[in-house]
Parts: sequence; structure tokens; C-alpha cells
Amino acid sequence: MTPNGGAQAAKPEPAQTQQGQQPPPLPVQLVQNEAKVRIEAAVAAEIGFVERLVWFWSNHFCVSADKALSMAGAYEREAIRPHVLGRFVDMLTVVESHPAMLFYLDNLESMGPNSVAGINRDKSLNENLAREILELHTLGVRTGYSQDDVTRFAKVLTGWTWVGLGEPNHGGEFVFVKRLHEPGEQTVIGKTYPDTGVEQGRAVLADLARHPATAGHIAYKFARHFVADNPSPSLVDKLAKSFTDTDGNLKELAKTLITAEEAWTPERTKLKRPSEWIICALRLTGAQWVVGRVMSGQALLGERLWRPLAPNGFADDESTWIDGLSQRVDIASEFAGRVADRLDPVALVETGLGPLASAETRNTVARAESRAQALALLLMAPEFLRR
Amino acid sequence: MTERHAPSRRELLLASGTLFAWAYLPKLARAEGRDPRFLTIVLRGALDGLATVAPVGDPDWVSLRGDSALTLDSNTPALKLDDFFALNPAMPNLHRMFKANEAIVVHAAATSYRERSHFDGQDVLESGVEKPGAIRTGWLNRLLAGLAPEDRVGSNGGRAFAVGPVAPLVVRGPAPVLSWWPRRVLPASDDTILRLLDLYRHTDVNFARVIEGRTKLSAIAPAGSMEQKPGGQIAGPDLAQLRAYFAEAVGTAAKFLAQPDGPRVGALALDGWDTHYNEGIATGWLAQLLGALDAALAAVQENMGPAWRETVVVLVTEFGRTARINGTNGTDHGTATVMLLAGGALKGGRVIADWPGLKAENLLENRDLKPTTDVRAVLKGLLKDHLRADDRALAADVFPGSDDVKPIAGLVTSA
Repeated sequence: MTPNGGAQAAKPEPAQTQQGQQPPPLPVQLVQNEAKVRIEAAVAAEIGFVERLVWFWSNHFCVSADKALSMAGAYEREAIRPHVLGRFVDMLTVVESHPAMLFYLDNLESMGPNSVAGINRDKSLNENLAREILELHTLGVRTGYSQDDVTRFAKVLTGWTWVGLGEPNHGGEFVFVKRLHEPGEQTVIGKTYPDTGVEQGRAVLADLARHPATAGHIAYKFARHFVADNPSPSLVDKLAKSFTDTDGNLKELAKTLITAEEAWTPERTKLKRPSEWIICALRLTGAQWVVGRVMSGQALLGERLWRPLAPNGFADDESTWIDGLSQRVDIASEFAGRVADRLDPVALVETGLGPLASAETRNTVARAESRAQALALLLMAPEFLRR
Repeated sequence: MTERHAPSRRELLLASGTLFAWAYLPKLARAEGRDPRFLTIVLRGALDGLATVAPVGDPDWVSLRGDSALTLDSNTPALKLDDFFALNPAMPNLHRMFKANEAIVVHAAATSYRERSHFDGQDVLESGVEKPGAIRTGWLNRLLAGLAPEDRVGSNGGRAFAVGPVAPLVVRGPAPVLSWWPRRVLPASDDTILRLLDLYRHTDVNFARVIEGRTKLSAIAPAGSMEQKPGGQIAGPDLAQLRAYFAEAVGTAAKFLAQPDGPRVGALALDGWDTHYNEGIATGWLAQLLGALDAALAAVQENMGPAWRETVVVLVTEFGRTARINGTNGTDHGTATVMLLAGGALKGGRVIADWPGLKAENLLENRDLKPTTDVRAVLKGLLKDHLRADDRALAADVFPGSDDVKPIAGLVTSA
């Protein structure tokens, strides 16, 4: 049995298929069903902020469906969504022990060189997960940890794996396997952790969650995602202080963000990522959508849903996405051609942009040669592309 | 313990490539009657140099890598390059080019970066600056931005072009960009484009530059000449699609570079080389990836036509991988690795290596192949001799702080 065959206890609904086609394989159905729920939530949300938080944290702690196909959507739903208004340490601990993450970052068969299994099989570590936790998930790169810290942390995490997938009741669930675990105490970032089995790793994660470098790293990424490519240091400081003072309370972090005056500057500096822009287009128009089309739209624009190219996730800056505008025009035109008939693009300028709409944008939409062209131009207006 | 979803790693790659090429003509080279082409391919994820070009003549090689060591007498024998080095058997085209003196391998090469973060490593490689995250522009952009405006090609001047929606850092910078991508949806009408351009010119100059680039590109590439039919599927990549994608992305770059009025310098990035688990050096995943890359190089040669003899393709990666195999039949992040050069303009058929050896005491931190050649020395040598970039610009603007890194001379035939 393979991970995409049944790592999750899934309750698949019929996947969306076009008439006359075979339904896609089960793992693809799972991803499509999960994607459908995610898109529905974002399109239907009265206020989308919490959905935006889910997307942010999902990208921060990303896995890839290219590898963990059937688990990618469940991962977000199980490990990310319940914690976006909770505590960072809880999300971190669930994320790093989730089967999707253990599989994605190659920890399943990492074994201590002095563990029972390591000696018997003359096998050893895979340090991928330990490195990316330090570099991407918590402290951030260049924050003082060493190769030795990575190696020792990898030893701490040996034994974090899943129940064999052929096991009928618990296959694919997280399990700590002592015979894979490197015995003995380990020193990580200057602190020594006794060998308490699975608790040794949880203790390291708990300390990483409270490390000042983590607060700074998270604060910066949070501000960059929600406010500006180069956020003001005062905003980052406020967020880091909130994170530290509340012991990583993510609800307080979000409240700090939306009550900070720096978050309410009049300039709309952020270029929406393709996924955000597509949701905005669906919300503005109320158009019917099918999940496969939304996913392929994102893919065409370089942001394949749950499939970042590397564990650092999708980039969060304008320079990454701006060249894709040329593709967005084509997608906007194609989409507008399908849905514009029953819409009034001039009225949508008011609905979607209101006082933000420039005179140029109003004129451009009003003077278009057709409803479809007017809608395409509205979707491509600078005020609509930015937030 | 568990079986893995076998095709998973093979699905990592699609839609990852991005290509930019500059519509500048290198002026000094032109004055000599040459018309050089230069294509940079960034392999992201850290290519295992020892699995790509194996030191089969090193007495410590087989004991270091064990069953995973490529050798000349295994079931899938490596392709002999010289008395010491042999190429991964998945790369017969590169081997053919090497034997025709049209390829060079540089081994035990590394940038100045000595930590092991992919993303910082890529930043150093692509920015050309020693400190990661210090600058948001790439060395290729700064090289070409340094050329005088009059060096631009006619009406298409001053722009890069791209395959795919996301530009790699190596070509980002102050100069504007053209982008090309395989058409999967019907393009917006020219009228819509013009109206949008008019709007952007009054409201957002950065957006306007992108749309201007689109219109300029269509002048180089007549409608339909570079494109597949609309409606191709992007989802569900498999190995055949991966090979097709590599060949299409890289081969299309070559088509543009070969055009009389096309760009002359370009770059793209191919992801997926991070082989922590079940690396598959001789017959598995890595071999398949290298095979796709090899086919893409053959596509460059084919699509370049007569321009191949004036072409240099350089393949670089952010760092290498551990000298030894890790606990899961893969390799973790390392340091030195290979650079692969291909093209008819090369003085090829050579492996350039100041070989550091593979004994434990010869490895960096008893772990990685020790770097003995600076990637920048190779790049500076190529940029100087092939494109006629000047020493001062190379040391000051393109690779700042690299005064002590001397360009390697004599890599190309015309030098």
C-alpha cells in the first residue's frame, strides 16, 4: 500500500468529473475534494481574514502534494486550520509530527546510528526535517545554529514516523518508534535534553517556539505577507513583542496586526498572489466555478495549489509574481468571456473597488468594447491586482 | 518499513522552469565578427556532483559510496570521460559532446557559500554576492545592464524574456523583462492588451513594463512559431511529461537565442535535485532527471542549428551533497559539486579539477567534497572570453568582492 492509497481515513465524496470521463484516481479525488472545501470557504467567507490566516500558515509550514499527494489537503485541515487562532507551539508540534510532514521532509526512516534498528541495519540519519524546522519553521536562517545542532536535532527526531500503511486500523498515523530513536541526551542550541523518547523532541520544539529568533522570524513573515514586501521595522517589532509576550498566541498576533496603524497605510503595496487574485475574482463576480479549473488557473500562474517547489513555500514578494501578469491577462480574458454576460462591469467597479477605483480605471472599464472586455480590464486593474 | 508513492518525486518538477534572455548583443564580441550565445541553467535543490561525474579513478571512491558508487564495470556502467572521471550513464548526449570537444566538466566547484541552506545557497549563486539576502538582483541582469544602451538589438532591445510565470533571481534586476510560456489558454485580444497598457501607463509603471514586454516578444516570435496548441494539460505530471517539459523549456530558449534578431543571453531554472531519500543514481530518480536534462541539452544543440558553434550553456547548482550516502539511501546537503558546460564554442573535452581527494581527512568537515574551484572563476572566465565582459565590471558589479577570484582563461575556442 502506498501513502496515496490510504494514509488518511478519508470520506470521499464523488469528485467532479466531466461527462464521459473516468473518475480520477482516489488520491486525486481526495486532493480535489479538499481543494473544493478550501476554495468554498474562501469564496463564501463574509470576512476572509481567518481564511487568509489558514493560507498563510499553510504556506509557512508547507508540504507538497507532488510528494504527499493524498495527504496535502488533510494536512492543512488537521494540522494548520485548528491552530491559526491558537498557540504557535501547538501548531508546531502537530505539524512536525503530522504524517504528511514526516513523509515530505524524509523523516520516516531516519534512524539513530546507535539505535537498535540503526545498528541492525547499518543505517543512519536523514537530517532534512531537522534542518528545515530550524531554518524555515522556527528560528530562521542565519540565526546562529550550527551543523552540529542540525545533526543532533535530527537524532532527537529519530523514531518520529508513521504506523506502517498496511496496518488496517492505524496505518499512516503518527507513532514514535523507540527502536529507531537515537539513545542518549542531545544538546541543541546550547541546551541539553535528556532522552525522554518522544518527549525529547517535543521539548526541543517547545523551546524553539519560545526562542526570540522565532518571534522575529514569524513577525517578519507575517508583516511581509499581510502588509508590505518590506514591512516597517516598527510593525515587525510590535508583532514580535506580541508573539513573545503572549507565548506565541496567534490570535493575539492577528489582533496586533489589524490594530497596528502601520497595517492601514493608504498605499496598496502588495501584489496579490495568483491564488488570492483568483478568489477575489470569484467573490467579485459570484461566478460558478469548478475545482479543476481553479486549480489549473493557479497552476498556469505558477502557484500550483499545495505544490510549492521547495519547503520554503511560495514567495511573498512582488518581484516573484509580477512577470506572471502577462499570463493573468489571458486568464482574465478567458474567464470574463465565460461569465460576463449576466454581469454589469461598471457596477462591479463600485462593488469591488468603490472609493479605491481611480478615474483611469473607471474610464477604462466604462469605455470597453464589450462586457467581457470590461470585466477582464477590471480584473486586471491595478487596484484589483493589489491589496 | 513502508513503500513509497513511487512517482512522487517525479512529480516535483513541472512548471518550475523560468527563462530569461536578454536582447542585448555583446558589443566587443560583435566587433570581432562573432555573435555569441550564452544560456545559464540553474539546477535548484543541490545536484549531487559525485553522482553526476564520478571520480572512478580515485582509490577511495568505491569505499566511500559503496553500492551507490558509479563505476565503469557495473551493470549500468558510467561513461568514461578520462582516466579519472566518468559521467552518469543517463547522459549519453553530454558524453557525445564531451568527446567532440564541445563540453567541459568542472569538478569540486562551489560558490563562496559554506552553510547548507538551499535558499541562502541559491541566493548567493544567483545574486553573485557573497552575503545571502543582501541584494535583490542577479549577476546576469547586472552584467547586461552594464552594457551600453546602444548595444541593444533594434526594437526588441533592452529586455529579458521568460518561460513560465516566475523569474529566477539570477536575471532579476533593474532592466525589464519579456516573458514567454507554453500557451495553455487562448491569449487575450490585442485590443484588450492595448487598453490595459494604456491604463497601466497612467497608473502603474511596473505593470506597464510587463505588458510592454509581452507585445515586444511577439515581434521576435511570430505567432504560433514557438507554441504548442492551447489546451495542453498541466496537471498530473509524470516522467514523460517531465522530459517533455525540460526539452520544451530549454529547447525553446535555444530557438529564441538562434533567431537573427533574438536575444543572446538567457537563463532558466529547473527544480527538483534535492535527493535526500532513495536517490537512484544509476537507474532511479536522479538518473531519470539527468536523462531529462541530457535530452534537453540535445534539444539545445538541435534548435541552435548553425549558432551552436557560438553557444555556451552552463549548468550550475547552489551546492553539492554529502560525500557519503545518508541513512535513507540519499544524500544530505553538502558543499562542492560539478559545473557542466556544453556548447560548440567551448574548448572542450576536458575535466577541470584540482581534485581534493576523498579520504576522511580530505573531506570538508569529514562530510562534504572539499571545494577547490570557485564557481565565479568559471563564470567570470566565460563572461570575459565569450561575451567580452571587462574585468572591472566583473569584479565590481557582476560579482562584487571577487577581485581575488581570477577568471579561468581559455574555456572557449575564440579566446
